Amino acid sequence: MSMRKIFVAAAPALLFAFASPVLAQQSPNLGKPISPEDLASWDISIGPEGAVLPPGSGTVKQGEAVFAAKCQACHGEKGAGRPNDRLVGGQGSLPGDKPAVKTVGSYWPYATTLFDYIRRAMPFNESKSLSNDEIYGVVAYLLNLNGVIAESDTMNAQSLPKVVMPNRDGFITFARGK
Amino acid sequence: MKETSRIEAEQVAGNGLLHRRMFLAGGVAAMGAGAAVNQARAAPLTVEPWMKIPGTGFNGYGQPSKYEEKVARTWASAPGTTGTGSSRTPHHLLNGMITPSGLHYERSHSGIPDINPDTHRLLIHGLVKRPLVFTLDDLGRYPMHSQIAFVECAGNSGALFAKEPTAANVQAIHGLLSCSEWTGVKLSVLLQEAGIEPAAKWVLAEGADAAGMSRSFPVEKALDDALICLYQNGERVRPANGYPVRLLLPGFEGNMNVKWLRRIKLTEGPTMTKDETSKYTILLPSGKALQFVFPLEGKSIITHPSPGLTVRGAGLYEISGLAWSGYGKITKVEVSADGGKSWGVAALQEPVLSKAATRFRMAWQWDGGPAVLQSRSTDETGYVQPSRSQLIALRGDRGIYHNNMIQSWAVAGNGEVKNVYA
Repeated sequence: MSMRKIFVAAAPALLFAFASPVLAQQSPNLGKPISPEDLASWDISIGPEGAVLPPGSGTVKQGEAVFAAKCQACHGEKGAGRPNDRLVGGQGSLPGDKPAVKTVGSYWPYATTLFDYIRRAMPFNESKSLSNDEIYGVVAYLLNLNGVIAESDTMNAQSLPKVVMPNRDGFITFARGK
Repeated sequence: MKETSRIEAEQVAGNGLLHRRMFLAGGVAAMGAGAAVNQARAAPLTVEPWMKIPGTGFNGYGQPSKYEEKVARTWASAPGTTGTGSSRTPHHLLNGMITPSGLHYERSHSGIPDINPDTHRLLIHGLVKRPLVFTLDDLGRYPMHSQIAFVECAGNSGALFAKEPTAANVQAIHGLLSCSEWTGVKLSVLLQEAGIEPAAKWVLAEGADAAGMSRSFPVEKALDDALICLYQNGERVRPANGYPVRLLLPGFEGNMNVKWLRRIKLTEGPTMTKDETSKYTILLPSGKALQFVFPLEGKSIITHPSPGLTVRGAGLYEISGLAWSGYGKITKVEVSADGGKSWGVAALQEPVLSKAATRFRMAWQWDGGPAVLQSRSTDETGYVQPSRSQLIALRGDRGIYHNNMIQSWAVAGNGEVKNVYA
């Protein structure tokens, strides 16, 4: 049997091996295992259940000070917007045909997304620089400005996932042709 | 008189659209018989300087001709930022199906990161048996897969939702679409190595840019055709398009094809990132919003002629453009020269590939009078591109994203072309 024939004869078996999870050794297997502790600094995404929210806490009052120092230049006083995204108001503006005002208060379905996004991307010119306490504080401040939590509320890993946003039920999962 | 009737016999739709065989071998001969012969004489030929002295030498990486400087992206950045916004492909100045890498559209949320490939890592973790880290060298040793695929920003063509047609060209309206050959490692191979836990139903992809761009997609897509791309059009992915490694989810909205990919996390449900909740969702007139609208629907645009490409005098022209569908292959493109009253079937330039841009061509005998040009695609699922009024009836005009309505270009008697609603 020539080499070519051997290759052709073996090909279907190899393809099957590649597709089968139990025979994963057919891959070069170059990925190096890593422990949860060693990857923790990269594991920054926060789902709606808030499972991996970090320790720490922040009040509305504390968040107000952080916002004034780090956020207001782009998002306006009390999150009114300009030059960048408006963060407050717009509730009730979604139905109809007039321009909608989509903000944290009027549109965002999950409060956990606020923590996730501020931690990964804000402030714009020095992302990933705020402490967990500062992030919880800014989240509390924005939720309070939107009338979602009281001025006395504190945000932390336990309280944040329990916050029910006004537009929590405002989304329909798309299905083609329906 | 006989010659004129020959042309009329080839008409397939109103206002001068000719049968697609006019551009095939036999068709050109037939056209030659029918067309009026050019009476103007060419100027006497001269021997130019470059025909007489040696040209310039070699260089390491070639550039376009200096006479082609106008073939460039245009862009806008968010206030107070550089590199946060988008740049657009000049489709009116290109032809074929592949977008040159340097003209591929860009969408960045915190500029283009300056990533050292030696220290870049791809992490796969979450609901897997073995969390794994890959270097670029590691990824380069895996079996490679190539696919020609379009990438389109979900916000492309959003300008057509404006109440009145804007004075804009194909680049400004439709420039957030590009098509490349992408080469890399199938995500399914890497996930198999990590071992997928049965509870894993979604995948989070995250970039190494300062915005940490992140999106969730179903694990089925990861096991189907998701590609961890190292190469674009034969060379390493350009920095603006995700160097040293980006995710390609063929057919899915551009935002999900995460650039500068650093992390893949398997999860039970979607992470509900900022972009998949507050941004890439389609607000309906009811006040509810469609979420997880992933594949781009069938769509087509006429690139030639289009605004800025003035039609110069009555005669034979090629109408050409691009068609694509996130659900598969394009099976038909129809063209109208009378604002949608009648349609003729365009020729599809081979190759016609699934989830790739397809070039279509149509012969047009312009009589010098007003015309409204439109194109309408059909894909292999039978989906027909909707008119503007059909799409607005379905979703209103505040959706921003996934605008795939038929584009209308009005050609005036003086040959100028502009964006209109028809």
